[in-house]
Amino acid sequence: MGFLDRFFKEPSWGVHPDDHKRPAADAPLRILPTPERVYMPLSQHVGGAARPIVVVGQKVLKGQLLADAQGNISAPIHAPVSGTVFSIGDVTAPHASGLPFRAITIESDGQDRWIDTDLVADPFALAPEDIARKAAAAGVVGLGGATFPSAVKFALGKRLKVETLIVNGGECEPYLSSDDRIMRDFADQVVDGVRLVMHAIGAKEALVGIEDNKPEAIAAMRKAAASFSEVKIRPVPTRYPMGSDKQLIQTLTGKEVPSNARAAEVGVLVHNVSTCAAVHKAVRLGQPLVERIVTLNGGAIATPGNIYAPLGTLVTDLLAFVGLKGEPARLILGGPMMGTPLAHDRIPLVKGASGILAFNAAEAATPDAGPCIRCGTCADACPMGLLPMEMAAHIRVEDFEGAEGYALGDCISCGCCAYVCPSHIPLVQYFSYAKGELMAAERVKLRTDATKRLAEARTARIEREKQEKAEAAARRKAEKDAAAAAKAAAAKAPAKDSGQAQGETV
Amino acid sequence: MNENLGSPVAAPYTTTSNNPGRIMATVMVALAPSTLYGFWLYGWPSIYLWLITIASAMLGEAFFLRAMDRQASKALTDGSAILTGWLLAVSLPPWAPWWIGAFGGLFGIVLGKHVFGGLGQNLFNPAMVARVALLISFPVQMTSWVGAAPLFADGSPGPLDGLVILFKGIPAAFDAMTSATTLGFSKTEMSRGVDLLQSAAHAPVLSMIGERAGSMGETAAWLIIAGGLMLIIKRVISWHIPVAMLAGVALPAAALNAYDPAHFLDAQTHLMSGGVMLGAFFIATDYVTSPNSPVGRLVFGFGCGLLTYVIRTWAGYPEGVAFAVMLMNALTPIIDSHFRPRIYGRNRKGLPLQVAD
Repeated sequence: MGFLDRFFKEPSWGVHPDDHKRPAADAPLRILPTPERVYMPLSQHVGGAARPIVVVGQKVLKGQLLADAQGNISAPIHAPVSGTVFSIGDVTAPHASGLPFRAITIESDGQDRWIDTDLVADPFALAPEDIARKAAAAGVVGLGGATFPSAVKFALGKRLKVETLIVNGGECEPYLSSDDRIMRDFADQVVDGVRLVMHAIGAKEALVGIEDNKPEAIAAMRKAAASFSEVKIRPVPTRYPMGSDKQLIQTLTGKEVPSNARAAEVGVLVHNVSTCAAVHKAVRLGQPLVERIVTLNGGAIATPGNIYAPLGTLVTDLLAFVGLKGEPARLILGGPMMGTPLAHDRIPLVKGASGILAFNAAEAATPDAGPCIRCGTCADACPMGLLPMEMAAHIRVEDFEGAEGYALGDCISCGCCAYVCPSHIPLVQYFSYAKGELMAAERVKLRTDATKRLAEARTARIEREKQEKAEAAARRKAEKDAAAAAKAAAAKAPAKDSGQAQGETV
Repeated sequence: MNENLGSPVAAPYTTTSNNPGRIMATVMVALAPSTLYGFWLYGWPSIYLWLITIASAMLGEAFFLRAMDRQASKALTDGSAILTGWLLAVSLPPWAPWWIGAFGGLFGIVLGKHVFGGLGQNLFNPAMVARVALLISFPVQMTSWVGAAPLFADGSPGPLDGLVILFKGIPAAFDAMTSATTLGFSKTEMSRGVDLLQSAAHAPVLSMIGERAGSMGETAAWLIIAGGLMLIIKRVISWHIPVAMLAGVALPAAALNAYDPAHFLDAQTHLMSGGVMLGAFFIATDYVTSPNSPVGRLVFGFGCGLLTYVIRTWAGYPEGVAFAVMLMNALTPIIDSHFRPRIYGRNRKGLPLQVAD
């Protein structure tokens, strides 16, 4: 990067961390031998957890439906290996809390026998809705890490008449190269998937954004897309977080997504390259999403590289396959900028896991946080144009509304601010904490409001009932008096004063 | 497997190798050429004064941290106290007595920085707090300037003479050295009715390279600019404050000088004299006490420049950089809350952008 380029060509936002992508990115893709057991979590996507439809002891084939989608936003889960359902129980979730969540354990029979899949010769003859239906049935979710069910996004794109499909091959996170690898090795699948997604949402063109630190991937994708003029390969500057949808949209189209709107509302939709390849498999080959490429990288790993592994494989098995140089000092699911810390290695590989990083002590070392010197480096780095130091100052004194006044809700947690902070203040931790507190406060408020509404309704009901009772009693009394009067009148009949008696009861 | 995999604090798990100590060190490197030039120009007394001021600032930092039960060694190595002492020292008259430096260093660190809560918490630039306190308390010592007395030149004080000057005052042998600054001279002349056109003939010559009377490290304008440019290229500071501050001085100076050259100094004299250059690149750009957004920095810088010009031209003091910077420091929180950068997906007012159909 030349001296002048630093000032004129690079985006003004973001950071440029050491990418550590090679040699892992250049190592040929390896295939993990089928593990003895896989643990398929029911919740590997945004939305409702899948509902199991198999029972313990049942024999399943690879690709067989294990749990069905539940609710409007959800995704089904399929068997990543053939074998027997061993149990349906709790495993540790890939989350900083280390809390458990439900998973279906399958004991592999080592055969890896697939279910019968129906091949589609010409998927472009299918209706766009059928593409979405097939992707939904195959459990395809956003593989860039967001894990939003893809079919839901297709429907949104179709409804809002999206013109441009943005394909995210940015992979700006350091250490990760699973998207790079899929573009190098399976460029044809990716491009076919891109065209299928375009068909599904009715887009006229696709812009594939690939960071220019991946020349091999750019070349492979250009070759694969050569005969499809609507699929345009667009190298983008290497700059974190280029792979964030808002920043990629801005770089490729110049459009900005309004802060309260979705990308589709400005006519674009973003899908990851790996998601496109999964759509290709789901639609053309009828294969559900049961395997993925995962990057194993970091200083503690003996042979870093990309592994093709069944979902549900334990991190332990992956680490054993690539070998460890020493005890990892930190395990991360995803990249170092936005990844999730793992509490231990007995955690299953999930759909959104693009990488497992095992850091050695030197990589994991974090300097102690010092006081903020208000240098403003965080504000310069923030790709959203926020003021991290101001938000942190408010959060430090528990003034969450004050932080919200600085548009805390627009923070994408990319980690640029905390990365560049010379005082090493864990700013994202501050923001996650504040977002959690604000959400909790919102929930409490909703609950209080609901309780208040119920209490008011109850008071009103009791009042009403009391009044109704009183009225009923009055009515009954009136009827009784009337009856008594009538009786008296009848007894006295044909006495003259019967009219007067009746008049008294009115 | 190791069960201790680090704290579950949120990502990122990688970080810059930058730190406050490195930033301070870069600023010191940028400040070194003009300071070394000052040492050469004003000789041994200035070197001693510089050392005493920095030592006293560090002493103040160590003392205060100990009093607050905090570890002093870590804070001292971040270099912020050294830099405060250094910036104060270069803004002092080079032959000022030792206690000016000692008192200033302590005052700046303790009352300028630590009473607010230490690093990052102070409202005013500590070096300027000390300078203003000294100027108001000891106006004679703070405005006693000397002309060029280059190191090792004939008639310049040697190492021992330097100590004498520092501790016992300027002896008669060096009395001839005392001189006036351009700004001070023209102010004095104007006050006794001699306008600039008449006094210009015998005014102190304003040397471009800085060979003139002035503060220890403020005279070598070009060396200060070079250091400042280095900081901008190294991205330690942004260009906004220096450019705006210089413009804030130069624009009114040029306009009023064109209107009435007999009563208003020209822009070049304003830019090249006093503490404007040092102020623009090294003082006003202090992170803690300046705004964070680009527009805010422009407003702040221009305000510093304009106030400097106003104080120099119409107020009682011939120089106004320290006052101007402190006044603008006081406005920094307001500037920060008014001039925020535009957020992605929002307009300047902070409202979401409208979707164009």
